[in-house]
Amino acid sequence: MTDKNLYCYAGIFDTPDQIINAAKKVQSDGYTKYDVNTPYPIHGMDSAMDLKPSLLPYVALVVGFLGAASALFFMWWTNSVDYPLIIGGKPFFALPAYIPITFEITVLSASIMTVVTMLFVIFKFPNNSHPLHDTDYLKQVSVNKYGIVILADDPKFDESNIKQVFASLGASQVFPIFYHEEVINFKPRIFEPKFIWFLIILFVLVSGSTYITLNKLMFLPPYNWMMKQNKVIVQEKSEFFKNGKGMRMPVEGTVARGFLPYEFVNKPELAAKDLLNPLLPTKYNLELGKTKYNIYCSPCHGYHAEGDSRLRGQFPNPPSLHSEKVRSWSDGRIFHVITEGQNVMPSYSSQLSREERWAVILYVRALQRSLNAKESDLP
Amino acid sequence: MNTVDYTQEVPIVEGRPTLQEINELIAKPLDTKPDKKFYIALAVTLSMLTLGVIGLGLSFYYGTGMWGNNNPVGWGFPIVNFVFWVGIGHAGTLISAILFLFRQKWRNGIARFAEGMTIFAVMTAGIFPLIHIGRPWLAGYLIPYPNQHSLWVDFNSPLVWDVFAVSTYFAVSFIFWYVGLIPDLATLRDRATSKIKKTVYSLFSLGWRHSNRHWQHYEMVYLVLAGFATPLVLSVHTIVSFDFAVAILPGWHSTIFPPYFVAGAVFSGFAMVQNVLIFIRKIFNYEHIITINTLDRMNKIIILTGSMVGYAYAMEFFTAWYSGVQPEQFTFINRAFGPYAWAYWIMVSCNVLFPQLFWFKKIRRSIPIMFIIAVLVNVGMWFERFVITVTSLSRDYLPSSWAYFKPTFVDMAILIGSFGFFFTWVLLFTKSLPVVSIAEIKSVIHGAQPTHEGH
Repeated sequence: MTDKNLYCYAGIFDTPDQIINAAKKVQSDGYTKYDVNTPYPIHGMDSAMDLKPSLLPYVALVVGFLGAASALFFMWWTNSVDYPLIIGGKPFFALPAYIPITFEITVLSASIMTVVTMLFVIFKFPNNSHPLHDTDYLKQVSVNKYGIVILADDPKFDESNIKQVFASLGASQVFPIFYHEEVINFKPRIFEPKFIWFLIILFVLVSGSTYITLNKLMFLPPYNWMMKQNKVIVQEKSEFFKNGKGMRMPVEGTVARGFLPYEFVNKPELAAKDLLNPLLPTKYNLELGKTKYNIYCSPCHGYHAEGDSRLRGQFPNPPSLHSEKVRSWSDGRIFHVITEGQNVMPSYSSQLSREERWAVILYVRALQRSLNAKESDLP
Repeated sequence: MNTVDYTQEVPIVEGRPTLQEINELIAKPLDTKPDKKFYIALAVTLSMLTLGVIGLGLSFYYGTGMWGNNNPVGWGFPIVNFVFWVGIGHAGTLISAILFLFRQKWRNGIARFAEGMTIFAVMTAGIFPLIHIGRPWLAGYLIPYPNQHSLWVDFNSPLVWDVFAVSTYFAVSFIFWYVGLIPDLATLRDRATSKIKKTVYSLFSLGWRHSNRHWQHYEMVYLVLAGFATPLVLSVHTIVSFDFAVAILPGWHSTIFPPYFVAGAVFSGFAMVQNVLIFIRKIFNYEHIITINTLDRMNKIIILTGSMVGYAYAMEFFTAWYSGVQPEQFTFINRAFGPYAWAYWIMVSCNVLFPQLFWFKKIRRSIPIMFIIAVLVNVGMWFERFVITVTSLSRDYLPSSWAYFKPTFVDMAILIGSFGFFFTWVLLFTKSLPVVSIAEIKSVIHGAQPTHEGH
């Protein structure tokens, strides 16, 4: 008896009726540390043992709500905050479309957590060893017998008394069960370093391999063929062509689509004489001219063409466009300046189309007239 | 006690076996070496599986062009097979969860096996969306995770709902199945003689010792899981039907789809479970556990769901006519009398006409006839998915893009391979785990529950 401790006294019964009576008797005798083992759940045993209803459904309720809330939050965050996208004309937070996934996550999280709680809290997982394991008692109650055990640490535990009670209830066998202290560990093993290390290693392995698979492996050859394709990309080198460039030059004399040569290059006088404004000062043309003037011209010339640059001296101020000289210029002369540039003013032919240049001229004329209005201009 | 009492229900387990006999009978396939017949069956399923693996290998090497999918029919066999196999799984959850909630004790004999079939069917179904995306190694993109593109999946898409529904369904079915296995694994542990078996059973029975303080929580968890699995199983095929119903294609865009799909899934699943159980009860001598009464009840569910499916077929025609939408009307006339009329009439005869024979009690209780009818039901249900998927796509709004879908050899190989995959798992299951729940069947045999004298 040096290495063996008494765990309990066990009684084995042959019929379900006997075990119900035994449980009722043991309960009414005031024992608290006892247990009934049956090969399948017996109706009425919970009330015979006076057990309180299981609290596990509340775990399912709480985790289910949390799962639903976090699923909804996650979908709202991804689709409304992190990367807002309008899909199928739906709002960013499309509740009806989110219901299916919310439901699935609710069920998944609640099911998993209820079972995990049962395993860890009720079954005391990872404690897998128990004094009853491998005993003759358990081998009988797992097949066709019904057993009851009263634990030795019950305050009312008394060997002779229990033997007598079990026998009077009709037990077919009554015997004690012993255990070895070094084999059985009653302390919760969930906090043992071994188990915690196991969880940590499992976590690192699963998350690490998932990360590597999804974020690294899928971008390594051969899975990167969408990125690396056998084609020439603009501005890339090519050893196939003599000039070492991947891009080809257009055939000599090629005219770009829509290109019209300017025939008054370096001929301002001729431009002033021969070029006529094809646009009428309609509302549309003036609006167009105003928009383009305000974008491209006003930074230097100012919103009112007074040469009041907004550039604060970073670029030389141009003269006012209200001067006698500019006012007397023909539209063609101004067109020439916009097209060719003049002094430090660069050409604006790439920013403004021909039509836009003429519209800007119309707007400049309107500005000039506004500052030098005659009496007859008043309505 | 000795007089016949007609107020009593038909016994679920016939012949009053003792608890010990139940134990021995259910554990026997696990203790004995498999016989020759098992190896022959395994050889057949593995050959089918190999054919499927060859088909998949060709598809991966040469690309999805090996399939019959063409331009209007982008959803060919893979989607047909996916819907078919997910549907097969539904019977298992219906038996184990819904019939549990309805206190149908006759389910105890067949629940474990049907749940196992659910898991294998969902595994089989899971192959098809993965191969249908064309580059299965990119399947990770189906899951929302913080990726290098800073992109998330589209939570408004039914295809993403499907990912969540099917994976949740698999996970919850597996948990439900495993929780049911724990007491049985403990029973097997306590009778195991070999050291390896004992270690394995000890590990997976999680220290179970049949304690009533555990049974109390265990039964509650089982109830909670059944309560979750019930709406889940309805949601899964509903969401599968959304894949179709949310599209605007005539023949798909229909609000009848969710109940219609769920009924069809239960219908085909029960037929498959019934087929396999007929073999199981014969081979393992479970005739008194999986009784003819159980099969009779299953056939009643087949006729119920079959009639629901038949009603849906009729109602689809009515809705098409009543809606006044021309493309919709054309689609249904085209289904019944167009180039796929052969498939349509196979579907109608197998799903609507033959199951009606189950109105006769003699046919419901005749094993050869019920077997043949259930096989036809599965043929019909496969063709139902084919008709829905292919006929609608092959002739949509734009007549200039119409095309006829013809499956290729590779399509057929993958279809046969899916059956091989499924039945290989079923065969391995019969030899590695108890196919009938020992604890559940013990709790319903005669004299298992206390009489509560005087109550």
